Amino acid sequence: MSTGNMNLTLKVWRQKNNNTKGALVDYKLAGISPDMSFLEMFDVLNEELINKGEEPVVFDHDCREGICGMCSMFINGRPHGPKDLVTTCQLHMRSFNDGDTIVVEPWRAAAFPVVKDLTVDRSAFDRVIAAGGFISVNTGNAQDANNLPIPKMQADAAFEAAACIGCGACVATCKNASAMLFVSAKISQLALLPQGQPERYRRVQSMVAQMDAEGFGNCTNTGACEAECPKGISLENIARMNRDFASAKFISEETV
Amino acid sequence: MSDINSNIPEGELTSKWTKYKSSVPLVNPSNKRTIEVIIVGSGLAGASAAATLAEMGYKVKCFCFQDSPRRAHSIAAQGGINAAKNYQNDGDSTYRLFYDTIKGGDYRAREANVHRLAEVSANIIDQCVAQGVPLAREYGGLLDNRSFGGTQVQRTFYAAGQTGQQLLLGAYSALERQIGMGKVEMYTRHEMLEVVKIDGKARGIIARNLITGEIERHFGHAVVLGTGGYGNVFYLSTNAMGSNVTAAWKAHKQGAYFANPCYTQIHPTCIPVSGDHQSKLTLMSESLRNDGRIWVPKKKDDNRKASEIPEEERDYYLERRYPAFGNLVPRDVASRAAKERCDAGYGVGASKLAVYLDFKANTERYGRIEASKSGIHNPDKETCMRLGTEVIKAKYGNLFDMYAQITGENPYETPMRIYPAVHYTMGGLWVDYNLMTSVPGLYCTGEANFSDHGANRLGASALMQGLADGYFVLPYTIGAYLSKEISVKAIPTDHPAFAEAEERAVGILNKLINIKGTKSVDHFHKRLGHIMWEKCGMARNEKGLNEAIEEIRALRAEFWSNVRVPGAVGELNPELEKAGRVADFIELGELMCIDALNRNESCGGHFREEYQTEEGEALRDDENYAYVAAWEFKEGVNFELHKEELKFENIKVAQRSYK
Repeated sequence: MSTGNMNLTLKVWRQKNNNTKGALVDYKLAGISPDMSFLEMFDVLNEELINKGEEPVVFDHDCREGICGMCSMFINGRPHGPKDLVTTCQLHMRSFNDGDTIVVEPWRAAAFPVVKDLTVDRSAFDRVIAAGGFISVNTGNAQDANNLPIPKMQADAAFEAAACIGCGACVATCKNASAMLFVSAKISQLALLPQGQPERYRRVQSMVAQMDAEGFGNCTNTGACEAECPKGISLENIARMNRDFASAKFISEETV
Repeated sequence: MSDINSNIPEGELTSKWTKYKSSVPLVNPSNKRTIEVIIVGSGLAGASAAATLAEMGYKVKCFCFQDSPRRAHSIAAQGGINAAKNYQNDGDSTYRLFYDTIKGGDYRAREANVHRLAEVSANIIDQCVAQGVPLAREYGGLLDNRSFGGTQVQRTFYAAGQTGQQLLLGAYSALERQIGMGKVEMYTRHEMLEVVKIDGKARGIIARNLITGEIERHFGHAVVLGTGGYGNVFYLSTNAMGSNVTAAWKAHKQGAYFANPCYTQIHPTCIPVSGDHQSKLTLMSESLRNDGRIWVPKKKDDNRKASEIPEEERDYYLERRYPAFGNLVPRDVASRAAKERCDAGYGVGASKLAVYLDFKANTERYGRIEASKSGIHNPDKETCMRLGTEVIKAKYGNLFDMYAQITGENPYETPMRIYPAVHYTMGGLWVDYNLMTSVPGLYCTGEANFSDHGANRLGASALMQGLADGYFVLPYTIGAYLSKEISVKAIPTDHPAFAEAEERAVGILNKLINIKGTKSVDHFHKRLGHIMWEKCGMARNEKGLNEAIEEIRALRAEFWSNVRVPGAVGELNPELEKAGRVADFIELGELMCIDALNRNESCGGHFREEYQTEEGEALRDDENYAYVAAWEFKEGVNFELHKEELKFENIKVAQRSYK
């Protein structure tokens, strides 16, 4: 059960750092088990490279259960590979066939510079959140949680938007490298909840401004982000963000 | 018998914390602006502390090894968070949460700490809801609860199977808000490699910038470690790949005692190992035990499919052995019971190291309720299953999807196969009531400390403890120390103590890279994990532990002479990061075995085969072992035992019974 019989050809993006040019390098792998995850297949590759005295491929990963959002491989032209609604770490080799050639690249976007091999810098996302992706409440100021009833439908909708793991697949797949799905998910989560109302219009303005400052592109409603999102974040969030943004500019007295 | 002081305030258990809070020295706002606090780790315990201390006015630096603070492994916690709110009107109270936690921990935790935890539990829920954390709600708009193991009330709050994610993103957003305001300086992709001590006090850290490989010196009036647990010492665990003991271990080597290292939690419901390639194990939330029934065939080596085994030939062994708690016994009890059945030859699946977790009965029950809601009387079985599946999907959909993705099986149709796996570590750095380690000015919060769970943690209590420490305990207790530090000016990092600490860190990095041996870091990590799992895992005995200690010492020697770390120090080099962590795990592994050998009793997650009742339950020895074992690191790799006696003044110590 531990050894498998899949033979694969990998074409992996290798790039020493952000100042050097990268290229696809071919690797042959044999004996891959269909029960391995995609990252475990990379573990096998790296073990072989280390044993041969070569440098292993650097890639981001951590929880390996699809929730931390760290893994980020662009596999055969799709972020997180061919299966819908999974991250790279939850993609298993049974989704591929013996003899396949698999091309693996990093996320590509101006706002996500390559750090090394398949690892990119996604700190732009943190800066967008720091610009307004929160409710300004200090520790110790909260009322009893049940003093604020929230209709279940609304709470569920906020939860669905909050399911975003910040992996950046939406940006990687977008021809404009737009971050609108990510940004709108956070804006929607908070806009759908009563706690988020006081800062609603301020938030949308400052987060969108930061998103633009980071160099993310605009949305042209292609919908690739929604199709590739491992957590199924809906395009409706972008519509909601745009409505709020317009309202903020035309209706709200507060400009940021 | 104690030779260390836990600094528990005097007075009645129920009023200790309130009184302490109102009498703890304060730091005035203008002084706070000049006091710097370093927080290592950005999970629930680290992010909540960093945000709260910054809100209070301190200058905060926060470090994490991931590319963003949002990725800390708290994010993967699934099931829920406990709080004594009594929203369900089922008789819950602060005392009951306190009692359940002490009992669940098999009477090996400090009463005062646990009571404080139970007291602040309710504030956590209020705080998180105020931050916009979307916890599950009922149609009336109020918060929903569910049951977890080791309790008979419903006090667990949740957000589907993503409670940890939502709570962490709440703490992360509070942290990012402070970062945006310039109150917290965030250092991502940085790993702490040393604690800097000046005149016996913690005064900073040495960190490595993981992108450039540069070594950095950072000063702090105090240092807080919220760096998580050490379950990855077993190689295979439910921890993230990067979860490590390095920060805590370096602190230990600088004088912080390590307490109860042998208390590890083996979680009963994980997806079984499928092969040698396995890099990590995946948990199926304990919340599933609300609706899943655990069974094995009554016949040994029964190779029939689950669906072909009739009801009367199934052994619901938890319901049989523990009728009062049934499938909701605490984790240690459930794990050992699964191991017992599999060792006896009743395991299922290809490896025979698995038991079934079956949702069929409850799916049908939910279906019946749904049918009657929609006016369908006497629904047929198919209708019940169809409607019930929708209910199960709403409750646990993401977990079922994950199971299907990993195993290639459909859990809506066949029962899940589960087996225990390493999940959490109750042991950790010893801390006093203030959460300060035995090094003045060095604090430890969350899973990284040992404080609240005794020998076994109850489900949904890790999130509670992490956030309690970070939001509601440390921000108060750290004032007791910092109020005496207001006249200390920031110490320049060219101080000899910084140079010395940096030299130690650099020395280790250079040594690792220059061994140029023949075996990869993972090779050693896997071997260590194998020793730990076989001899210091779910069941331990004197012979095995003695063997393990010898084997680990030999492994350590081999590691330091034959590990191969490719690349250079001055660049992004994940193999070098792993090498440093595995080196620390090897030393910790030895201490875990020494601790397990020292504790001649069974309690909670520590099960010594020599000490069990006739029915196979853990047999404590309260006369000789009602103490916290706090180990001091000594030159070479040696350890000296200190004891903190545990006094139970408010709870009657008894043999734990879930029958």
